[in-house]
Amino acid sequence: MPESATDVRGGAVAPVGDQPMLVFKKVSLAFDDNVVLRDVSFTLRQGHTKLLLGASGSGKSTILKITLGLLKPDAGEVWVRGVRVDEMTEAQMMGVRTDLGMVFQDGALFDSLTVGENVGFKLYESTEQSLAAVRTRVEQVLELVGLGEFIDRMPAELSGGQRRRVAIARAMASKPRILLYDEPTTGLDPITALSVDEEIVKMRDLEEVTSVLVTHQLRDAFFVTDFEAVRGAQGVEFREAHERKLDEAEFIMLKEGVVHFEGNSRELRASRDPYITTFLS
Amino acid sequence: MVQEVQEYVQLCGTAIRFAFSRPFYRHDFVEQLDSIGMGSLTVVLLTGFFTGAVLALQSGMTLDQFGARPFVGRLISASMIKELGPVLTGLMLAGRVGSGIAAEIGSMVVTDQVSALRALGTDPIRKLVVPRILAGTLMAPVLTIVADTVGILGGWLIAVYQLRVASSLYWKSVTEALYIQDVWMGLLKPFVLGFVIVSIGCHVGLRTKGGTAGVGRATTNAVVASSVMVIAVDFFVTRLLFSLIY
Ligand SMILES: Nc1ncnc2c1ncn2[C@@H]1O[C@H](COP(=O)(O)OP(=O)(O)OP(=O)(O)O)[C@@H](O)[C@H]1O
Ligand SMILES: [Mg+2]
Repeated sequence: MPESATDVRGGAVAPVGDQPMLVFKKVSLAFDDNVVLRDVSFTLRQGHTKLLLGASGSGKSTILKITLGLLKPDAGEVWVRGVRVDEMTEAQMMGVRTDLGMVFQDGALFDSLTVGENVGFKLYESTEQSLAAVRTRVEQVLELVGLGEFIDRMPAELSGGQRRRVAIARAMASKPRILLYDEPTTGLDPITALSVDEEIVKMRDLEEVTSVLVTHQLRDAFFVTDFEAVRGAQGVEFREAHERKLDEAEFIMLKEGVVHFEGNSRELRASRDPYITTFLS
Repeated sequence: MVQEVQEYVQLCGTAIRFAFSRPFYRHDFVEQLDSIGMGSLTVVLLTGFFTGAVLALQSGMTLDQFGARPFVGRLISASMIKELGPVLTGLMLAGRVGSGIAAEIGSMVVTDQVSALRALGTDPIRKLVVPRILAGTLMAPVLTIVADTVGILGGWLIAVYQLRVASSLYWKSVTEALYIQDVWMGLLKPFVLGFVIVSIGCHVGLRTKGGTAGVGRATTNAVVASSVMVIAVDFFVTRLLFSLIY
């Protein structure tokens, strides 16, 4: 569905369940003379996944930062859950960010706080929950990423892969509806990477989280598109994704700031485009 | 340059506005009080003491020429309280606190921790800048009083044991020279200097660019800028207070 960006206008009146979670409409951004994004458009629906591919410096992290309002686009529109966010002030943006969770490229853990304080940061800040309740939630998400016993360690005492998993735990602790992952598996061994991928799939299929995944690792990208998580008799199981599920994950390949390819995993693998075939090989 | 000054003024304005509205991060504030106050105590004690001592030595010589050696206490208390206490404490804070804040916030910027704060719905100005500015503004006068006190004590030590001035004479002369205006001046200055030092550290830290090397540059810039500003602001505040309270 290439022209999906034009769905936005329909989206505003469509039933809530059908409202796109995230829309980019002709978004452009330049740092001085360096044009990073040029007319980037896409639509992301509830429960779907976007996978951003592209060479280093092609603007993938920039797209995530614009979504969060950390950077403002020079032109174009950004809509999060039916609200236009690119013109919002920082104070207004804080409300939108409760729906968004982000895993930063290098984790960006607060190194003056323990793992547990990092993971519970947002929950501790929003004083609605009791400390005990927050602690329980923190233990729960740390368990989920397999780091339960690390709750009182400092981030500096963790390995790179562990830090990445703490960052994922922190992003999902407050149960956001949209999760943005910036290269969550880069630099991890295949086993740890797979456990991170499984986390992403679990969040999508069991918690109905909409996700944007930036990655260079095609192996991880294809795991996320081609598998789904189901609750089985012995806990969560992963199996080949259903036919219908395949269309819910869409690749976007950026090349020099423009969208070079958009399509599902089958279309990506079938593509004869020389840039893509080089990328896939 | 103009733009940078503009951004700095904007940051100060926002920080002052946020200081009087919720949420206020009390825990961070207390932590900063401790780190700025207790952390700088040793350097301030040492500089204060030796400044008072050397001042006594030098002025003892000069005063002798006029046969005015007993007035050494007067000279020390006046210069410590009005000028040297605030300025030297300011310079020490610029070196220790200004640089520390710039380095800490700068490394948080280059490792995306400041972005992560924003992404998690916390305003970095409220969380990082306001507690530091408040703590710095409050601790600078306290540290200045400490510096003044040990400076006068250092002067006393030299006056009594080196210059052979009677102890009672020294103390009498110290208090005689204390006009209430001088005390006001000596207490108002460090408020302003503390604010300037910490806000420059925060501003430079938040603007850090270019990885770890950038953090190094930011730290140096913060020390240089805040040291120069300590001297300059000291002059302007003195000028202003002269026309207001004398
Ligand atoms: N704060 C900034 N100031 C100036 N230029 C920037 C800034 N942030 C990013 N850029 C530039 O924007 C371009 C895109 O950066 P971005 O981080 O989005 O790349 P990326 O696709 O995430 O790359 P990677 O795969 O290496 O993470 C790069 O050329 C980078 O130099
Ligand atoms: Mg990136």
